[in-house]
Amino acid sequence: MSRLHVDWTACDGRGLCAELLPELLAEDDWGYPVPKGDLTVPPALEPAARQAVDRCPALALRLTAVSAERAPASS
Amino acid sequence: MADALWYFARGSGVISLVLLTVVVALGIGARSGRTAFGLPRFAVNLLHRNAALLAVVFLVGHVVGLLFDPYAQLRVFDLVVPFAGNYRPVWQGFGTLAFDLVIAIVVTSLLRHRLGARTWRAVHWLAYLCWPIALLHGLGTGTDNGTAWLWSIAALCAATVLAAVAWRLTPSFTRYPHRADRQVNSRLLPAVAPTSGSTPTPAGAPSPHAGTSPHTGSPTPAGMPGVPEEAR
Repeated sequence: MSRLHVDWTACDGRGLCAELLPELLAEDDWGYPVPKGDLTVPPALEPAARQAVDRCPALALRLTAVSAERAPASS
Repeated sequence: MADALWYFARGSGVISLVLLTVVVALGIGARSGRTAFGLPRFAVNLLHRNAALLAVVFLVGHVVGLLFDPYAQLRVFDLVVPFAGNYRPVWQGFGTLAFDLVIAIVVTSLLRHRLGARTWRAVHWLAYLCWPIALLHGLGTGTDNGTAWLWSIAALCAATVLAAVAWRLTPSFTRYPHRADRQVNSRLLPAVAPTSGSTPTPAGAPSPHAGTSPHTGSPTPAGMPGVPEEAR
């Protein structure tokens, strides 16, 4: 399992991630992504999440590994 | 048949120019954050990247073709060192320079996640230098430079890029023009009043980092003391 991390200081609201991951991200009125949950990436969405990380023009996305027994670090 | 390399080099050069024009226009268009041609934003982004990689393929074909062409007689270092050629060194040098710039832009883009956004963007801006140089190279030293079709292609390419740049400079360029100012870090602006979110120095509290404003009684506070210059 992995978790998507948004670096909000780097995010420029270009909107690519919300297109690639509509299951996890919505867009607010200014085009910035809004997490729909805790941004835990289910295995089926891993390729899309990796592409979102790769394509982000501001390099504001990161995938972090989350182990099942350890609670995800609060951001 | 001996001329095959020569014709191939000429053709691939023109194709590179057209592809680079498409890449520049798509890059500017992608920056607007808008969808284009019915494609979502990430698809425009991918089209920009893939057209750039295709341009590199044709560019390498152009350069390697000329390297092995018995007529052009390029030396290996002519591919890297500009303005050192034997034949029309300036015009050929423009091509070498543009080639170097394209390689720099593409390599930094492929290593973007390791370099960081700031370095990548700084190098990426060289595209605005690279494209006109490539155009000049094609018009200056191209064997077909007297022909109407090459001038038509060049004029079309120039019109495309100029239109894209003109659009880029209009205030309504981005998807959300009313939030364009959010990109400016207030700490980088000269002597602005501290806004919410920043931590102003308490009035009257002497700080070793404080500027001169509290002593002169100026209404503008001494900026943000202790903030490193490389904020963000």
